[in-house]
Amino acid sequence: MNEILTAIIAKYNYWSFLILLLIGLHAMISKNNLVKKVIGMSIFQSAIILFYVSIGYKKGATIPITEHGHGHANEVVHQTAAEMVAGFANPLPHVLMLTAIVVGVGTLGVALALVQKIHRVYGTIEEDEILEKIKE
Amino acid sequence: MKLLSLVISLTLGFLLLLATADLPDWGDPQSPASIHVSNYYIENSVEQTSVPNFVTSVLADYRGYDTMFETIVIFCAGITVLTILRRSHRQKKKEVRPRPAREGKDLILISAARIIAPMMQIFALYVVAHGHHSPGGGFQGGVILGSSFILLALAYDLETILKRLKERSVIIMSGIGVAIYMGIGMICLFLGGNFLDYSAWSSVLGVSAVEARSHGMLGVEIGVAVTVMYIMFSLYADLSSGGEMDEGL
Repeated sequence: MNEILTAIIAKYNYWSFLILLLIGLHAMISKNNLVKKVIGMSIFQSAIILFYVSIGYKKGATIPITEHGHGHANEVVHQTAAEMVAGFANPLPHVLMLTAIVVGVGTLGVALALVQKIHRVYGTIEEDEILEKIKE
Repeated sequence: MKLLSLVISLTLGFLLLLATADLPDWGDPQSPASIHVSNYYIENSVEQTSVPNFVTSVLADYRGYDTMFETIVIFCAGITVLTILRRSHRQKKKEVRPRPAREGKDLILISAARIIAPMMQIFALYVVAHGHHSPGGGFQGGVILGSSFILLALAYDLETILKRLKERSVIIMSGIGVAIYMGIGMICLFLGGNFLDYSAWSSVLGVSAVEARSHGMLGVEIGVAVTVMYIMFSLYADLSSGGEMDEGL
C-alpha cells in the first residue's frame, strides 16, 4: 500500500494534467454548443502546457536566470557546470510553452471568429441545429 | 453522444495512466528532458550570448528561427480573423444586430482605466527591454501592451480607441513587427553571418560578438512585442464588434 502511495505522489503532476486533458477532450466531443467546444479545446491546450512546464521542473532548482552584471560579458562564472545544471530549471520546455501560449491565443481567436461567422450565417451555434439547416 | 464521448475519454485516460508509470518522477533532475540539449543552454548561454535569462537566449537566439515563425503564426492568426469577420460599409447597412443599449459611460471604470493603462504600458516596456536579465521578453510585454489598449476599449468604447489607434495602422504595424524580426536576420546575412546569427552585427554596433548577440536579441524581442501587441488588439477589436468596428462590447 505504501509503495503504491509513493508511486502516485511521485507522479501526481501527470495525474492532474491527465484529468484536465480528459475534461477538455470530453467537452470537445460531447458538447453541442460550439463555444463550449472551443472552451474544451482551450482546456486541452492548458493541460499540454502544464505537462511541459512540469517536465521542466527539477527538485531544488531555481528559475532559469543566472546572475550577470552589466558590461561583464566575459566574466568567469563562479559555478561549475554540474552545479549550474543542477541549480537551474530546464529552460527548454518554458521556451516552447511561452510561444505555445501566445499561439494558443491566436488559434482561440481564429476559432471564435469562425464561430461568430457561423452564427452570422446560420443564426445559431448549436451543432444539431446547424446540421439541420445545412440539410435544408 | 455523451456516453460515447465518456467511453472514449475514459479509455484514453486509462491508457495514458498506464503510460505515466514509465514517465520520470516529478522534479527528477535526471529526467530525459533535462540531461540532453538543455544542459548545453544552461552551461553556455552566458559565455556565448551574454544573456543570463536562459529562456530568452534559447527563445531568441538558439531557437530564433522557430520563434520567427511563431511570430508569423500570430500575424497570420490576426489576418485570418480579420478576413473572416471584417465587413465593408455596404454590407453593414443591411442588418442591425440586436444588442442591449449602452447606458452611458461608467465614470469609475474610466477613471480607473486612465490610471492603470499608462502604468501597464510602462511596465510592458520594462518587461520587453529587461527581458534578458529578468523574467520577461517580447511575447509577455506585447501581451501586456495589447491588453492595456483592450482595457481602454472596454472602459470607453471601441470607436474612441480606434480613433487613436487606426485599424489600418494596426495591421501595418503588426506586419512591421514581423519585418523587424526578419530584417534583423537578413542584415546578418549582408554583414557576412548566417541568417539570425546576431554576432555579425558586432562590426556595426561596435561591441564584441558575444554582446552583439545580446543586442540582436533585444531587437528581435521588440519586433515580437510590436506584432503581438497589435495582433492582440486587432483580435479583440474584430471579435468584440463582430467585424464591424463599431462600439464593441
